[in-house]
Amino acid sequence: MLHLVLVFSPLLGALLAGLFGRRLGDRGAQLVTCGLMVVSATCSVIGLFLHLGEPAFKVPVLRWIEVGSFQVDWALRVDTLSTVMMFVVSFVSCFIHIYSIGYMAHDASVPRFFAYLSLFTFMMLMLVTSDNLLQLYFGWEGVGVASYLLIGFWYTRPSACAAAIKAFIVNRVGDFGLALGVALCFFVFDSIAYDVIFAEAAGHAGETVQVFGLSADALTLIALLLFVGAMGKSAQLGLHTWLPDAMEGPTPVSALIHAATMVTAGVFLVARFSPVYELAPAALAVVTVVGASTAFFAATVGLTQFDIKRVIAYSTCSQLGYMFFACGVGAYAAGIFHLMTHAFFKALLFLGAGSVIHAMSDEQDMRRMGGLADKIKITYAMMWIGTLALVGFPGTAGFFSKDAILEAAWASHNAFHLYAFWLGLAAAVLTAFYSGRLMFLTFHGESRADPHVMEHVHESPPVMTVPLVVLAVGALLAGWLGKGMLDAEGAWWAGAIVTGPDNHVLHAMHEVPFLVKLAPTLAMATGLGLSWLFYVKMPDLPERVATALRPLHTFLYNKWYFDELYDFLFVRPALVLGRIFWQGGDVGIIDRFGPDGVARTALAGGARTVRLQTGYVYHYAFAMLIGLVLLVGLYLFVIGG
Amino acid sequence: MSDWPLLSLTTFLPLVGAAFILFIRGEAAIVAQNARAVALWTALATFALSLMIWANFDPAQGGYQLVEQAAWLEPLGIRYHMGVDGISLWLVLLSTLLTVLVVVGSWYSVTERVKEYMITFLIMDTLMVGTFCALDIVLFYVFFEGILIPMYLIIGIWGGPRRIYSAFKFFLYTLAGSVLFLVAIVVMAREAGTTSIPELTRHDFPVAMQTWLWLALFASFAVKVPMWPFHTWLPDAHVEAPTAGSVLLAGVLLKLGGYGFLRFSLPMLPEASAYFAPMVFALSIVAIVYTSLVALVQTDMKKLIAYSSVAHMGIVTIGCFTANSLGLTGAIVQMLSHGLVSAALFMVVGVVYDRIHSREIAAYGGLAERMPIYATIFMLFMLASVGLPGTSGFVGEILVIVGIFGITPESPAIPAAGSWVALFAATGMILGAAYMLWLYRRVIFGVLEKSALAGIKDLRPNEILAFAPLVLLVLLMGIYPSLFTDPMAASIDRVLAEIGAVGPGRLALQMP
Repeated sequence: MLHLVLVFSPLLGALLAGLFGRRLGDRGAQLVTCGLMVVSATCSVIGLFLHLGEPAFKVPVLRWIEVGSFQVDWALRVDTLSTVMMFVVSFVSCFIHIYSIGYMAHDASVPRFFAYLSLFTFMMLMLVTSDNLLQLYFGWEGVGVASYLLIGFWYTRPSACAAAIKAFIVNRVGDFGLALGVALCFFVFDSIAYDVIFAEAAGHAGETVQVFGLSADALTLIALLLFVGAMGKSAQLGLHTWLPDAMEGPTPVSALIHAATMVTAGVFLVARFSPVYELAPAALAVVTVVGASTAFFAATVGLTQFDIKRVIAYSTCSQLGYMFFACGVGAYAAGIFHLMTHAFFKALLFLGAGSVIHAMSDEQDMRRMGGLADKIKITYAMMWIGTLALVGFPGTAGFFSKDAILEAAWASHNAFHLYAFWLGLAAAVLTAFYSGRLMFLTFHGESRADPHVMEHVHESPPVMTVPLVVLAVGALLAGWLGKGMLDAEGAWWAGAIVTGPDNHVLHAMHEVPFLVKLAPTLAMATGLGLSWLFYVKMPDLPERVATALRPLHTFLYNKWYFDELYDFLFVRPALVLGRIFWQGGDVGIIDRFGPDGVARTALAGGARTVRLQTGYVYHYAFAMLIGLVLLVGLYLFVIGG
Repeated sequence: MSDWPLLSLTTFLPLVGAAFILFIRGEAAIVAQNARAVALWTALATFALSLMIWANFDPAQGGYQLVEQAAWLEPLGIRYHMGVDGISLWLVLLSTLLTVLVVVGSWYSVTERVKEYMITFLIMDTLMVGTFCALDIVLFYVFFEGILIPMYLIIGIWGGPRRIYSAFKFFLYTLAGSVLFLVAIVVMAREAGTTSIPELTRHDFPVAMQTWLWLALFASFAVKVPMWPFHTWLPDAHVEAPTAGSVLLAGVLLKLGGYGFLRFSLPMLPEASAYFAPMVFALSIVAIVYTSLVALVQTDMKKLIAYSSVAHMGIVTIGCFTANSLGLTGAIVQMLSHGLVSAALFMVVGVVYDRIHSREIAAYGGLAERMPIYATIFMLFMLASVGLPGTSGFVGEILVIVGIFGITPESPAIPAAGSWVALFAATGMILGAAYMLWLYRRVIFGVLEKSALAGIKDLRPNEILAFAPLVLLVLLMGIYPSLFTDPMAASIDRVLAEIGAVGPGRLALQMP
């Protein structure tokens, strides 16, 4: 019952606000959705006390698709992993709902916004409580749609529409992999229920399947196909291009969907499937390499962007990379731990950025900010807390989780663990640098904004600052409270995360050399120090460096030219092919030699057929009918006789 | 109730209504009004009767139910033989429901020759229901081909400017198929000595003969589906057809091909079906990829949706020839879903066409501002069309993909393993999202700046009424598809037994 209320109250809110928004009015819609979110969040906190460390059970809801041995039902799976995820999703979502009351106050369609936001929360909860791959897929695509709707919320802006479509389609590329993964799972296990897959995974280890013309290791292929889905949703290198553009959506959306919850779904999927991944070392190697590469790649791009939200977006992309390579090296617990801490501090950073944008009359370019520290003190302080947590300042949430990931990478036996460690460490320096850059450019130094705008700068109302404070408390405390997740024996998870008999990474990570333990902190200090040097001490330095390294800077500023490459490789060819098939294939070949050719020959026949063209349709139809009857009659008599 | 001839009543009630309308006399406006009313009541009564069929249907049995037999052309052994199973049951319901909706939907938009219009649609209703109930192959053929005539009239009389070309093209294609089908019927009847569908199914046709028969049937059904490369009549027919015509064309007529494969090709000619299955898969894959790409560059809304239909029906043909319960169930669910969704999408286009008289995508933009209800309904059907889980579009697609995935090449003569077919079928998910989302963006999103759109009104009550059942059914079929698949299960098992190889989810198609 608790979980039904937890999961379905956001849906109820979405339906009420969506269908009766006009009758409820703005205030009514806010009250209904936020009220139901408070209910849901309260349930999620109760769930933490009741179900952490308890064995898994499921709450049946409804039958879904049942054909032969393909038996899939709607059900909620409650175990330690889903309890943690439900808490993160519901809790963060609740405060973002409340924040949005202030942030979206002047918007023309408030009920629609809250309906989408609650719908998203419901879909995300369905995703994390899924009991089988198909319900996961439902939540997976459901959050994708909610994200699409929210990115395109301001649908009159062409850039928002383009970003929304891009997000959906790039995610569909990932879902394509996921769908095939579902099919392969059913092929191998004859079931797509988690219980069956996890119980029987070991029995299928080393089994080969003949698919796609090759004989591949079954579990590796399943793990890789699922990972393609995870890459799409979690914006990993190659399928990351949608995430920065997604910043076209309202800022609370960026905080909830594109930082705290939806984009972490991929990490959740890998952790959920740890029983399978543990038996597929080749797949884990891929996860590690992709994760580490993304962590580094996104951090480099983050160095050069000027849009405050885009910097944070690339930072998210980079942090997701950390979570993935944590899973890749076998430390799923560290990945989920970072997922949780990240949800707090990244949501905080985004909401803080929203507060800045709000104060600056919708300005997002950091080149036209500066000197805001005194004017919006609460936001300033909260943003620093978020930044310190992100860069891993000792004592903050990020410190615990990011250090754990890097230590695990060092200690692991994964073939690419050092690749992950060094790239992760480099990314840590870059993270500290761009985070410092963001803070210094935004809040410190002289104001570079229009004086007119500066006059109007004001602190946000309490409805916005209170959620900031709550999340800041989370960003400070989540590390202390969640440390238990890294329990060396893995007992904390009560079987929700499975590690193989040879996987001792959670043990080994506590016994790494002192220098390795110290490295992340050194990296952080280096990055922050450099950013202080660049943006406070010697403000002309960035320009000089950029000029000196012009090609590199341009390359980074243009995000490694991924968008241009994809446009060239996929978008244009698809349109060109479409035109060729249409005008060349359909019109040029099929019609020309098919019906039109026949018609021409027929028309050449005589005047009677021409009359057809002049509109005697009736005659024609009845001629057809009579012909039919005659034909049938004739043939029947042939049979009879 | 069960001893009533329910199927015949359902089939022929619309004809009675049509006859009533024929005798309406008087002032033009009054005639039109009465014709509408009679048509609506008749269609509603027919739909109610078809619900009675459902109520009397025993889902546990796989055979034909509510069977009616009567002497017809006795010297030839041809009987009036009707019956439904779990497959045709839903297609009957789909037909009667859509007929109601098109009558409601064209309440205000059709003002010319209303009397004839309504008569034509009621005749359509009779023929559609008859086709799905017929258990004698000659009876089936009469209904099956008879449908062409009202559809031909609908396009030719109430169609757009190029209606003659389109009607002609439509006719040419289908005629080519029909003639071969007729020949095949004669050959089959002579070989088996019966025209009863259940008996023909039990007859073992020699393998050499099966090949030719199969190709003859294929010619007819492939045009109906339509499969690539026999699809080019569809975009033209849709573009010129009035909205109601498009709705029935996409909603029901395209299903005749898939139904034909399930009722005739597969159970009667199983060896030939196995032999030709790889070709069907190949054509279906081409259909999915090719027509999705073509849909991407369309500038006409109706053409875009027409091309998307070809891609969606590709999933159906793949599902049919998997010859396992997942694939068959998926194919039927996909047919029903496509029947609802494409019908709804054509109605969606019809709504703005009635107001602005343009099908060009470029003529629209920013409708969300003035038409929020319309935008919401369009959004739902767009998402159903791209196969979003929770809508009907998803269930069929995933069942077919899972169903085909496990089919392995037992024989080297079958080059395409199921996983490759699944892979290409799944690319339709990506391309489908691309063209549908882009269509939606250009029509609904953006700033409303075109002067012609300045006064555009949101949905009228009769339009909402026509959309409402479709909205409910699309969601119901997505969230609780068991309601629809449970009654199918026994019949699908029967069909699989007729095909002769039932396997738990992973049947290998074998060479004859």
